[in-house]
Amino acid sequence: MDAFTTHTGIGVPLRRSNVDTDQIIPAVYLKRVTRDGFEDGLFAAWRTDESFVLNNPRYAAGSVLVAGPDFGTGSSREHAVWALMNYGFRAVLSSRFADIFRGNSGKQGLLTAQVAQDDIELIWKYLEQEPGAQVTVDLAARTVTAGDIVAPFSVDDYTRWRLMEGLDDIGLTLRHDDLIAQFEADRPAYLPVTS
Amino acid sequence: MAGTLAEKVWEAHVVRRAEGEPDLLYIDLHLLHEVTSPQAFDGLRLEGRTVRRTDLTLATEDHNVPTTPGPITDLISLTQVETLRRNCAEFGVPLYPMGDVEQGIVHVVGPQLGLTQPGMTIVCGDSHTSTHGAFGALAFGIGTSEVEHVLATQTLPLKPFRTMAVNVRGALPDGVTAKDVVLAVIAKIGTGGGQGYVLEYRGDAIESLSMEARMTVCNMSIEAGARAGMIAPDDTTFDYLKGRDRAPVGADWDAAVEAWRQLRSDDDAVFDAEVDLDATTLSPFVTWGTNPGQGLPLSASVPDPDRIVDETERADTERALAYMGLEPGTPLREIPVDTVFVGSCTNGRIEDLRAAADVLRGRRVAEGVRMLVVPGSARVRVQAEAEGLHSVFEAAGAEWRLPGCSMCLAMNPDKLAAGERSASTSNRNFEGRQGPGGRTHLVSPLVAAATAVRGTLSSPADLDKD
Ligand code: SF4
Repeated sequence: MDAFTTHTGIGVPLRRSNVDTDQIIPAVYLKRVTRDGFEDGLFAAWRTDESFVLNNPRYAAGSVLVAGPDFGTGSSREHAVWALMNYGFRAVLSSRFADIFRGNSGKQGLLTAQVAQDDIELIWKYLEQEPGAQVTVDLAARTVTAGDIVAPFSVDDYTRWRLMEGLDDIGLTLRHDDLIAQFEADRPAYLPVTS
Repeated sequence: MAGTLAEKVWEAHVVRRAEGEPDLLYIDLHLLHEVTSPQAFDGLRLEGRTVRRTDLTLATEDHNVPTTPGPITDLISLTQVETLRRNCAEFGVPLYPMGDVEQGIVHVVGPQLGLTQPGMTIVCGDSHTSTHGAFGALAFGIGTSEVEHVLATQTLPLKPFRTMAVNVRGALPDGVTAKDVVLAVIAKIGTGGGQGYVLEYRGDAIESLSMEARMTVCNMSIEAGARAGMIAPDDTTFDYLKGRDRAPVGADWDAAVEAWRQLRSDDDAVFDAEVDLDATTLSPFVTWGTNPGQGLPLSASVPDPDRIVDETERADTERALAYMGLEPGTPLREIPVDTVFVGSCTNGRIEDLRAAADVLRGRRVAEGVRMLVVPGSARVRVQAEAEGLHSVFEAAGAEWRLPGCSMCLAMNPDKLAAGERSASTSNRNFEGRQGPGGRTHLVSPLVAAATAVRGTLSSPADLDKD
């Protein structure tokens, strides 16, 4: 996993709330068995709509998505994160994220920065007035900068540390193999097995 | 210290706790299906890792399987299923493939085998894992990289959830089911209302529910944004489990029941939030919009966006109505449907099929309406046929299918065409969920069956009036 400290890229204003993972990537794209190539399914239903923001060439190379509240609700599919990252997004800003989506993002190295809705509105206005403008997401300082707007964002300490170090989860856990083995030895005998 | 049910289960599974880090929790059961597992196995292979506890892991094929006889013809579906088979063989994970008598939707299979037991931690790369919480297990959906993590370590680093008590008190009126209860809960707290919480459903209305009905309630917790839903185990739970294939026996059973009886929130436990619902006021509930929170009693009418003050909510409502092709003010009972779907991990168990069959017995599916009845598992199908339910469905003109996720999501041949409208016992009415352009109304099995007969959204009580 690549370490994330600060990122600057084109901001994409997505004026929608409750964007669920079916909308981020519809179920038909989930049939693949690889981890890449999902960018073609990103927001598939909306990409046929000419007025959709990513169809505007000024935003098409965006890497910072600025979305409405309740982003990533619905199905737990991690493909939603892959689709965003395969497309080129490194960070999503929203005033509220669905838990599972946020968890999935942290593990893949996509930053979910929680920004107050008032600031989101300001950034939307700025990005709509200046299509193609850059946004800087500084994970060390926990701020987003867009033009004159400097907004704080929140992200939990643990996720931030892991993103900044670029640490993989499984490796971290396997350092405690002895504790896992000890726990296993103490599990009640009545618990079921599958085989 | 007094604790809630969720906290007790959590505490009993902490492998490691360290300041400023998530707890490392042990996972008692890991369920897999073909959609969210391939990349996880891929990850293991890349790192040269193995599956730590194949004996606590179980795979079934459900999302992609056709529900008519014959092989999978869609190439991509086939690839996913074949990939699962290859991965399970390579890593030694038990699998119930299509055609096996234990095959079915992952959340139907676990409970019916008796694998789902009180106090366990259960995960699956699928958000409706919350279903298993009906047994007092802490069960939640995870993403593919977490699937990989559990495969490799049988643990998960997790941040604590908050707890919410959902108190449903009073007796449920006739014709009001678990599905109506949970749709009413979601409409009350909203699709984000459960965000970050484990919901614990409590109160006499919940206690009076059968295990299968409790599963329906917990299944849809995720649609309120919650991580999980739970119900404290009681004699109903123990009676359901006793004698099941993987339930404990003899002295183990006694030890288990003794431990399970401790699994309830202490009287002085404090929840981070509480909501109350008066069961006596509930009536059959249906959704009119494109998220499960957009629901109303069947007796209501399609909402009018002009009367909504909140700007975001108004815009969401307008968008939903445009997608659904509905006019404000239309009585919900007058909305005609093309398709009726009875099935899914929400309402594809034997009691659901019995309820639908009771309504259909001696009646016919309305002209021009297609009705699919899809058992949640092969065992449910066998049981239904033993009871003659399939004959009731077929005599009424409904299609009796093979087990799978079917029309719950547009991933197998069972789909809505663009513009088609369904009454569906599944759990999600998102845009395109049942097929691109398809329009979904979420309903209970009783409402589904009555709707099939009348051709418009209806409850069994409407049939008696006809
Ligand atoms: S029936 Fe529907 S919700 Fe349940 S596991 Fe299958 S696709 Fe998911």
